[in-house]
Amino acid sequence: MTDPTREHGAPPLDRGTVSTEEPPQTTQLTTPAPGGRRRAVAVRVAAVVAIAVVALGLAYWRTGNEVVVTQAVLTGLMIGGVYGLVAMGLTLIFGVLDIVNFAHGAFLAVALYITVEMVGRFGAHPYLALLVSVPLMFLLGAAVQRFILSGAMGKPLENQLLITLGLALLIDNGLLLFYGPNPQSARLPNDTGINVFGAVVTVGRLLAFAVALVLAGLLYLLLQRTRLGTAIRAVAANDSGAQMVGIDTRRIYMATFAIGTACAGAAGVLVAPLVTIEPTTGELFNIVAFVVVVLGGMGNVVGALVGGLLIGLTEQLGALYLPGQSPLLSVFIVFVLVLFLRPQGLFGRAA
Amino acid sequence: MLVLDGLCAGYHGLQILHELDLRVEAGEIVALVGANGAGKTTALRAISGVVSSSSGSISFDGQRADGVRTAELVRRGLVQVPEERALFGPLTVEENLRMGGWTQKGPDVSTSLTEVFELFPILEERRRQAAETLSGGQQQMLAIGRALMARPKLLMLDEPSTGLSPKLTWSVLEAVRTIRDRGVAVLLVEQNAAQALRMADRAYVLESGSCVLSGPGPELAEDDRVRSAYLGL
Repeated sequence: MTDPTREHGAPPLDRGTVSTEEPPQTTQLTTPAPGGRRRAVAVRVAAVVAIAVVALGLAYWRTGNEVVVTQAVLTGLMIGGVYGLVAMGLTLIFGVLDIVNFAHGAFLAVALYITVEMVGRFGAHPYLALLVSVPLMFLLGAAVQRFILSGAMGKPLENQLLITLGLALLIDNGLLLFYGPNPQSARLPNDTGINVFGAVVTVGRLLAFAVALVLAGLLYLLLQRTRLGTAIRAVAANDSGAQMVGIDTRRIYMATFAIGTACAGAAGVLVAPLVTIEPTTGELFNIVAFVVVVLGGMGNVVGALVGGLLIGLTEQLGALYLPGQSPLLSVFIVFVLVLFLRPQGLFGRAA
Repeated sequence: MLVLDGLCAGYHGLQILHELDLRVEAGEIVALVGANGAGKTTALRAISGVVSSSSGSISFDGQRADGVRTAELVRRGLVQVPEERALFGPLTVEENLRMGGWTQKGPDVSTSLTEVFELFPILEERRRQAAETLSGGQQQMLAIGRALMARPKLLMLDEPSTGLSPKLTWSVLEAVRTIRDRGVAVLLVEQNAAQALRMADRAYVLESGSCVLSGPGPELAEDDRVRSAYLGL
């Protein structure tokens, strides 16, 4: 600190350093009012609602039949809840480990086949497979992180990307080897429809939606309210800071990857009765989950759930606008629009 | 309490510390001063296990401390506040502090929390606010508070006055003195050498990775060599 004018023995109020960004600590100006952030979120929510209303209006205008529109909305929301659960796992892994996990869909496929086995061999109710699939996928996730991915931590992004992509190919082809390419199914026994506003929803879809929401809520509580969850968020926010307070970051990485994989495991069981099960079915969910993660904001767990619901709606309403096209078409149109207009996602913060 | 004996360390084969000897006793503030690039931060990183040493030894509280993981050192009571603060930005002030007590048991965490709020009342006022919304001075207080939550025996502070106004620097250093009076030894690295020397019980002057001068802080502050080289007088 060069300050030739200063005499030695000056009072402790040294003017050695120049004040840069620091206002006196008594002023409260540096703190953005919490209301400001809330307002920003409110604006975004309003925008989403406005777009949804326009989308519904268009769908009604296109079909001229309100039951068809109601049906699309209900089906969209039901499957959207499951998309949300898949994407929550994926976005959590990205937020904490900085890994873009291409194997997430393959993990979901493993859960599909676990359900097939449970139903086929033991005649169990498909959703009982949750009790097997979730813990099993948790352990598989922990093992994959510990033995396959941990070596690539802190290495360039391509390394992890190639590892997870390789893992996905390995799992998909392993399933192909064991089960063959023929579609399998794990139907719910006597699945009846329920009448909602004139539209019909099967009990299976309703259950899948409800369980997905409950699991999403549990994951949220885990992250917000528990010590482990706070540590996971701390590692995501600043991993060297986490090390300095004594958190074993390697364990947190492992736990996070395991939890994320367990989400895929749960979602796999939930959708098993609703889809045709093939070794590549997981990849379809993978693609949708990536779109949802980007839409909700990379690393934003709540955003992933909301994004899942929106993508579910997009898929179903899109089928009304563009009949005969793949439902993925409208999903990708939304994806491209988001990348153009709001690349940080609906609820993400600008980087 | 902390003894460095002939410590050599560096990055990627580039040696930065050359046979550094240093001691910190219980209940004292020891300042580490020197020009940019003299190895002050490297010394702290070597002590906290972030940089591994190539030769020499570090012992803390009578036990070997080199080659020990950071998390284990924190458990033993050696805690660092890095220059960049490394706070958990989106987490609230209280969550940051509670994470600081990660290695402690539940009831101890609550006691420490009360003590930290006593030392920095502003943190209690802002406890539900995200850490990233605090001003620079408040963030520095939070970083120190978070480190105190681990109930350290020795607190290492790297340039706590970075980016702070003189007034805030003074209040942060005042807090450091209070922390020492509560029985925590402090190893203080400061670019702002004049103030650091005046408040330090003892001080070391580093030059090119080794110690060129040491002695009681106020005495070094009067030393002609120090005054011309580091204080610009």
